[in-house]
Amino acid sequence: MESFKKIKSIASPLDKVNVDTDQIIPKQFLKLVQKTGFGQYLFYDWRFENGNKPRADFVLNNPKYHDSKILLTRDNFGCGSSREHATWALLDYGFRVVISPSFADIFYNNCFKNGILPIKLDSQNIEKLFKNSSEIEVDLQNQTIKTEDITIPFEIENHRKKTLLEGLDDITITLQYEDKITQYEKSKNEF
Amino acid sequence: MPKTLFEKIWDSHVVVDKDDGHSLLYMDRHLVHEVTSPQAFDGLRLNKRKVRRPDLTFATMDHNVPTNDRSLPIIDQISARQIQVLEKNCKDFGIELFDIHSPNQGIVHVIGPELGITLPGTTIVCGDSHTSTHGAFGTFAFGIGTSDVEHVLATQCIWLEKPKTFEIRIEGKRKNPHAVTAKDIILSVIKQIGTAGGTGTVIEYRGETISELSMEQRMTVCNMSIEAGARAGLIAPDKKTYEYLRGRKYVPKNYDEFVNYWRENLKSDLGAHFDKSFTLYADKISPQVSWGTNPAMTTDVTGSVPFPEEYSKGNPDEEKAAIKALQYMGLKPGTPMIEIPLDRIFIGSCTNSRLEDLIEASLVIKGKKIAPKLRAMVVPGSQLVKKQAEQLNLDKIFTDAGFEWRESGCSMCLGMNPDILTSGERCASTSNRNFEGRQGAGGRTHLVSPVMAAAAALEGHFVDVREFDLN
Repeated sequence: MESFKKIKSIASPLDKVNVDTDQIIPKQFLKLVQKTGFGQYLFYDWRFENGNKPRADFVLNNPKYHDSKILLTRDNFGCGSSREHATWALLDYGFRVVISPSFADIFYNNCFKNGILPIKLDSQNIEKLFKNSSEIEVDLQNQTIKTEDITIPFEIENHRKKTLLEGLDDITITLQYEDKITQYEKSKNEF
Repeated sequence: MPKTLFEKIWDSHVVVDKDDGHSLLYMDRHLVHEVTSPQAFDGLRLNKRKVRRPDLTFATMDHNVPTNDRSLPIIDQISARQIQVLEKNCKDFGIELFDIHSPNQGIVHVIGPELGITLPGTTIVCGDSHTSTHGAFGTFAFGIGTSDVEHVLATQCIWLEKPKTFEIRIEGKRKNPHAVTAKDIILSVIKQIGTAGGTGTVIEYRGETISELSMEQRMTVCNMSIEAGARAGLIAPDKKTYEYLRGRKYVPKNYDEFVNYWRENLKSDLGAHFDKSFTLYADKISPQVSWGTNPAMTTDVTGSVPFPEEYSKGNPDEEKAAIKALQYMGLKPGTPMIEIPLDRIFIGSCTNSRLEDLIEASLVIKGKKIAPKLRAMVVPGSQLVKKQAEQLNLDKIFTDAGFEWRESGCSMCLGMNPDILTSGERCASTSNRNFEGRQGAGGRTHLVSPVMAAAAALEGHFVDVREFDLN
């Protein structure tokens, strides 16, 4: 997994609540058996009309946001299906940060497994970022979001921060506890 | 200190407790399907890792399997490839697979309980958010992404931060239990607490109404915990739970010893603290119909399509969402729900495709015909459900009425196979998600119970199923 330290980019404002993973990546694209190549299908039904014509009114079709690495959105982002394809699509498209007042649990967890930083901010600060149109800098080490005018601190669980900063692989970490797992298996009643 | 049921299951599965608030938890069962597993197996191969406990891992194919004649080849080549990849992965890693021709094939959350893979007091994961279904057995069961599927395959464990506890009590008696179903109970809960009401929590459903539900009804309730945003849903096991599982294929040989242990240990202690609580009274619940594009956008069948400002209760983001939802659904505020005309009926999905769902729906349509121009289908949740239903002649009741009787799978709940809505088609569906495009791009989904779907099939629009004699 690619590590995450600092990113500077304009933020794409997706002004919607309860964006579900069916919207992030519709089901017809879940049939691929690899992790790459999902970016072209990100927000497919919102981005394209009749499957190929970009919809002018959808935020990601505005040339201003074409190189954006930060997605700014509203409450309960990533709800619904557990499909990690949603995370792969965001990453493959170029997003490394998603900022929202709240996330659905499974999606939130999936982000950290793929080097995407999901940031929870209170609604007031979200509002400030929606009003800001210039580049912002997200610094994980210092846990800050900086615009030209303001600096907003954010919270993140320590172990998640460490995993992202170092680009650690969960399985390698867990295998260090191999003896504990074996011990647990021996101690319990097998079904 | 008194503990909740969830805390007891959690404590008995902790392998490592880290001081920074997350723990390594042991998983007793891992269920695998074709859509969220290929990349996980690839990861294992890439790192030369094995599946740690193939004996605790079970696989089936359900998401994209066709539900027509199983002797025919699969036309969609990409689906066929995904199915072949699962076959190869299970063979290479020594995992038991219920393939498309197996008598045990079915939706993963239907076959887990019916094969006795799901057991009280255990932990279950699956790369599917509706894993919460298994909570009906007093099981801590939750959906995970593909990276975690790989992690569990390799280690049989998962890292978790301990969720909070949420007590939802459903009290009192339903006035008409055939017409006001488990689906109406859970839709009413979601309508009130919202699609993020349970985020970060494990719900324990309690109270008189829950105790009175059958196991199949309890599964419907727990299944949609994820639609309330919860990590999992739980119901304490009781006599019904133990009798449901007795004699099933994979239950332990010394079953009665386990029952004795479960009886003593699997309940929330008196005075146990829950982080949140919510109570609903069963006699106030009516049959529900969703009108929007998330499961909280639901109303009583006797109600009308709401005005966005009335629905949003002053929240501007929710108001915008409601306007957008009505636009997508092609509905005008103020329209009575019973005047909404339908094109399609779908009875199926991990929420409502079990034998009891089909029996109840058949009571509504027996000897009658569906409305002209309507297309209606029944997709049993598993091959076993299908067989049992056929032994009761339900297939004949459904086909005589004009329904299609299909093979088992997820089918039109998520439309990964050929069973989809075309743009603009409106469907009464017993599934769990009414998201935009869920059942097909541009398709319009209304979530209802099986009896409500059956009644709507007869009339071609929604009707209050309480008007039918179902006894």
